[in-house]
Amino acid sequence: MLNSNTYVFGFAFAVTVLVALMLSGAATVLKPFQEQNFLKEKQENILSVVGKVAPDDYKKFDQYIKSVVIDEQGNEVKNMKAFDINLAYDKKLKSKNPSHKLNYPLYIFEEGGKKTYILQMAGVGLWGPIWGYLALDEDGNTVKKAVFDHKGETPGLGAEINTDGFEGQFSNRKILDESGSFVSVQVTKEAKSDDDPHKVDAISGGTITSTGVSNMLKEDIQFYLTYINKSKKV
Amino acid sequence: MSIATAPEPVKESKPLLSKKDRKLVTDPLSDSNPITIQVLGICSALAVTTQLKPTLVMAISVTAVVVFSNLIVSLIRNLIPSRIRIIVQLAVVSLLVILVDEVLKAFVYDVSKQLSVFVGLIITNCIVMGRLEAFAMGNKPGASILDGLGNSAGYAWVILAVAFVRELFGSGKLFGFRIVPEAFYAPEFGYVNNGLMMIPAGALFIVATIIWIQRSLNKYTEEA
Repeated sequence: MLNSNTYVFGFAFAVTVLVALMLSGAATVLKPFQEQNFLKEKQENILSVVGKVAPDDYKKFDQYIKSVVIDEQGNEVKNMKAFDINLAYDKKLKSKNPSHKLNYPLYIFEEGGKKTYILQMAGVGLWGPIWGYLALDEDGNTVKKAVFDHKGETPGLGAEINTDGFEGQFSNRKILDESGSFVSVQVTKEAKSDDDPHKVDAISGGTITSTGVSNMLKEDIQFYLTYINKSKKV
Repeated sequence: MSIATAPEPVKESKPLLSKKDRKLVTDPLSDSNPITIQVLGICSALAVTTQLKPTLVMAISVTAVVVFSNLIVSLIRNLIPSRIRIIVQLAVVSLLVILVDEVLKAFVYDVSKQLSVFVGLIITNCIVMGRLEAFAMGNKPGASILDGLGNSAGYAWVILAVAFVRELFGSGKLFGFRIVPEAFYAPEFGYVNNGLMMIPAGALFIVATIIWIQRSLNKYTEEA
């Protein structure tokens, strides 16, 4: 009986259904807790690029940060919340359907009368999504600080993108060349001088992740420039 | 999390733990230790042991998965058609691993991030499938729980020992608390952390040393 085809299929089916039910049950119950963690992490990430890293700073997120949503023409979109935007998902839609309209969240931090723009970026690494935040000075050119994170890059290799050693290289890099056109910051394996304003060192053993970071910077920073340039003139 | 404590073993008309049962728990601690004797589960022993805290969470997670998968598989062992037994075992293991992963994400998010892919990789930890195939498929639930406890404890003490050495000499801390005083790092003392401990190769040296010491104490030799 135990080896009849009917029994084997029946058993496999029963196991599958049971396992699926238990997993979806657990996912539903735990989701609110997980989302709280994700939200807190996102707020902490954004604050960390402007140096607000005390353990309780995320609770004052709304006091520190003004968030806006901008569209492809660099205009503010009024009826959208920055935190509702799933940038990675939107970019995926855009890659399938070029007419899809992208909106980017922009976080603005103001201290001592000086603004810092915090740009959000989303890209792909080797195993899955990577993302990051980049603090750009009021001049729309100088990078103050950048942080990166990833879903599941290889520890010790690609996962090194969220270590201080890698992120620290971005401080004081420039995204515009001398004539003012956009060149981004390139993550590269080429030999370069330490003070090259447009290049940082890639991670050995993490080539695909490094290239992912490089592409992400190039695609996403550009998007914000129209808006930032506009607000400079005002 | 209640996953670290195993349910009471159910025994009929036997003392709480007979000699045989005790052996189920104590054997894997040394004589048939999954890491040092069977050399299973080495991947995670290298990967997660730079600090004690994630190592401890990993040890608890593996314990939960081994104990409960042993229990579940043992309970349904007479119902599983032998033609699909491996995939059924795999389904049970994956179920538990995903549950552990979700619970970690909900309640200890920072540790879950540190462990990253390695929680998911418990599925491929040979100890888990090894115990199911070698023990739970042919033994009663109570004994299977004990076997699971013994084996995961055997795994746990080795990775905790590795993490202890790595965190102490690699970062001068234990569980994140500074043990080596800051003053030692001053240029006139010249103490530096051992960088080897921070990379996976460092763990290999420690695991090998533990294996060496333990096998010479136990007089264990590989059969030719």
